[in-house]
Amino acid sequence: MPEAKFRIQRYDPDRTPPTWHDEFTVLYEASLTVLEGLFHIQEHLDGSLSFRYCCRAAVCGSCAMYINGRYRLACQTNVRHLAAGVISVEPLPHMPLVKDLVCDMGDFFAKYEDVKPWLIRNSQTPEKEIPQSPKERAKLDMPIDCILCGACYSSCPSVWGDKDYLGPAALLSCYRFEVDSRDEARKERLPLFDNENGAYRCHTITNCIEACPKELNPTEGVQWLKGAAVRRRILGRWK
Amino acid sequence: MIRHELIVVGGGLAGMRAAIEAKKKGIDVAVLSQVHPARSHSGAAQGGINAALANNPESHDDTPEKHAFDTVKGSDYLADQDAAFAMTTDAVPAIYEMEHWGCPFSRYDDGRIAQRPFGGAGYPRTCYGADKTGHYLLRTMVEQGYRHEVTMYIEQFVTALIVADGVCRGVVAYDMLNGGFEAFVGEAVIMATGGAGRTYSNTTNSLISTGGGMAMAYHAGVPIKDMEFVQFHPTGLLTTNILMTEGARGEGGYLINDLGERFMANYAPKAMELAPRDITSRSIQTEINEGRGIGGKEYVYLDLRHLGAQKIQERLPGIRDLAIHFEGVDPVYEPIPIVPSQHYSMGGIDTDADGKTEMPGFYAAGECACVSVHGANRLGGNSLLETIVFGRRAGAAAAEFIKGGGAKPVADVQHAADEAVKAVKSRVEQLATGGGGEDPYAIRAEMTTTMKDHFGVFRDEPTMAAGVAKLRALKERVRHIKLRHTGSVFNLDMIRTTELEGMVDLALAVAVGALQRKESRGSHARTDCPTRDDAAWLKHTMAYYEPDGPRLDYKPVTLGMFEPQERKY
Repeated sequence: MPEAKFRIQRYDPDRTPPTWHDEFTVLYEASLTVLEGLFHIQEHLDGSLSFRYCCRAAVCGSCAMYINGRYRLACQTNVRHLAAGVISVEPLPHMPLVKDLVCDMGDFFAKYEDVKPWLIRNSQTPEKEIPQSPKERAKLDMPIDCILCGACYSSCPSVWGDKDYLGPAALLSCYRFEVDSRDEARKERLPLFDNENGAYRCHTITNCIEACPKELNPTEGVQWLKGAAVRRRILGRWK
Repeated sequence: MIRHELIVVGGGLAGMRAAIEAKKKGIDVAVLSQVHPARSHSGAAQGGINAALANNPESHDDTPEKHAFDTVKGSDYLADQDAAFAMTTDAVPAIYEMEHWGCPFSRYDDGRIAQRPFGGAGYPRTCYGADKTGHYLLRTMVEQGYRHEVTMYIEQFVTALIVADGVCRGVVAYDMLNGGFEAFVGEAVIMATGGAGRTYSNTTNSLISTGGGMAMAYHAGVPIKDMEFVQFHPTGLLTTNILMTEGARGEGGYLINDLGERFMANYAPKAMELAPRDITSRSIQTEINEGRGIGGKEYVYLDLRHLGAQKIQERLPGIRDLAIHFEGVDPVYEPIPIVPSQHYSMGGIDTDADGKTEMPGFYAAGECACVSVHGANRLGGNSLLETIVFGRRAGAAAAEFIKGGGAKPVADVQHAADEAVKAVKSRVEQLATGGGGEDPYAIRAEMTTTMKDHFGVFRDEPTMAAGVAKLRALKERVRHIKLRHTGSVFNLDMIRTTELEGMVDLALAVAVGALQRKESRGSHARTDCPTRDDAAWLKHTMAYYEPDGPRLDYKPVTLGMFEPQERKY
């Protein structure tokens, strides 16, 4: 049977020192994802190991981690596809830790909520659907695939330097409603991203693009918002 | 003790929709969720949601009545027909509401919501957003939860109901991030915790679909209904059982055996790959059992290659990604190896069409509930629908109950809450120090394998009886499981150990109900009783918790619209 060696960053606020590393060896048959490896360790080797999980199919965003120095979803990462040798597993860097691989996502979700991520309409809503052409709908394809895993946020140097910066995921969500043909809140939305903690804090470092396990492009959305802010506030173009 | 008027357990589509409805009616509501609501299992749904919008050119004369007929026929006539009709009638405004709330449905050129064909449906009536419909609906719903300022307690693992004088007044929850147990108390509770797929080893479900809400209700004396009806989705990925949407066949995908035949022609010559799931899964299993699996092995192919790269990328991009990442197969160039996989619990907490249960103050909605609208076999596209329709109805009913003053007379809630928290703490303590030596993970593995091997697509008396015996032995061993880790924060060992007892009890309810039901109906296919027997078995199974295993009772099915007939597709 092949074996996978994991080197896992541990954290327990009740221990001194609170951070350390543990190594575990997991035997497997045909295939093993990092998430399956973590479950094996939790079940058979060390019951105190903590990590987030839910769908194990790359759609819920629970298990974003830093694996062998890259942002990945543990469920989507097969050990066969990693370089030979010990597999390093760490929580999302630059995030406050809760326990082991679980970090505090409170600020991340609070910023998502701050951008008013819901459709806003001023005109009367029709009885049936609000019409939207396939071309208009296609503008949403990229941003709506975000799974809020936090990898981009964790990877962004502007977030590291300014804890109030909204960050790539929240701004991508803002962009998602800005480019929705059904949304009618351009005036209301502008101040949400046109401020010192908003789109301008993005210095196009593009770590977020590399970090995103869904291969999305948050930077593109943020650049669009910068352009929209300039067009509206300076040129007075609201359409 | 934390107080809100209404406690909703579960932040998926059903729970969040219930909470929004109650909030709109002026109720102080709190949602408790084991994961962030945006991570709920609702988001894993792919293919779509049914409603008779009549947008598809081929469905211009579709109606809620026709949708109800397909649902009832699909259920093998075990659905309550009034409830099914209520669901299909509510479906149309429910879809428009989700659209008005921003859900990014796929569109026709004229700007209307697109609809695709799905299994067992007389018309193409499945609205969709590519093959990520659940993800889009869930995000929209959670965002509306923010907009409606629903209070959310996130990463709270609910372990027990608080019942005072027979009235449900709250729950006990483990605070995963901060440690400790807390009582959440109100005038009513809505359970919306999803299905129990993880009682099977071969499930499409999320790792958190462990049936916790069903088990808590069952343990508190609320009956669970029709548990023996377990849906096997025809197309789970071979090695992981990850879902490959029915939409893949709705878009024209083929099922192929080792001889290269579209074998569905032998089982459902008219509907072909779009027969209902029970029939399609049995057809696949028959091909495998008779040696026509690929290379004689236990799988067949889902073949999408003839659809072409463009259509696959446009309509089924998520399927393509999943097949590439989890099976190493690109559906544009290769057929996908698939196998029938546990997918959905038709059974659940016995409720009426307003989510009410036998226990005053206790409501349920979504997969953890059984209304019943799915009967013995759910149609694809009806589970997302069920969540938003019955979530709203349960939220409205609970709000009315609370506005009407709740249950009278009001018992001493503080005392009941203290006792409930104490009971949970002492159970955890006992698991850790009680001297039990059983490994919970060994028991979990044996249970899930037993369910797969003994209560699968095809069933018979000796196999099921052996399965019941195994589960009874596991139930005895569960009493002696050992909790190894007692840390306070994000203790997975505690969560996964404590939830095991409920999982085994639910598994036993499935098993005993299946063994008793001496007929074949929908997903319950017995090779030793191959026909449906309406005279004896057109009735719902009700399971009541007893310490040594379920006590079964039965109750009639509500008919009235459609006369039961033989199902042909």
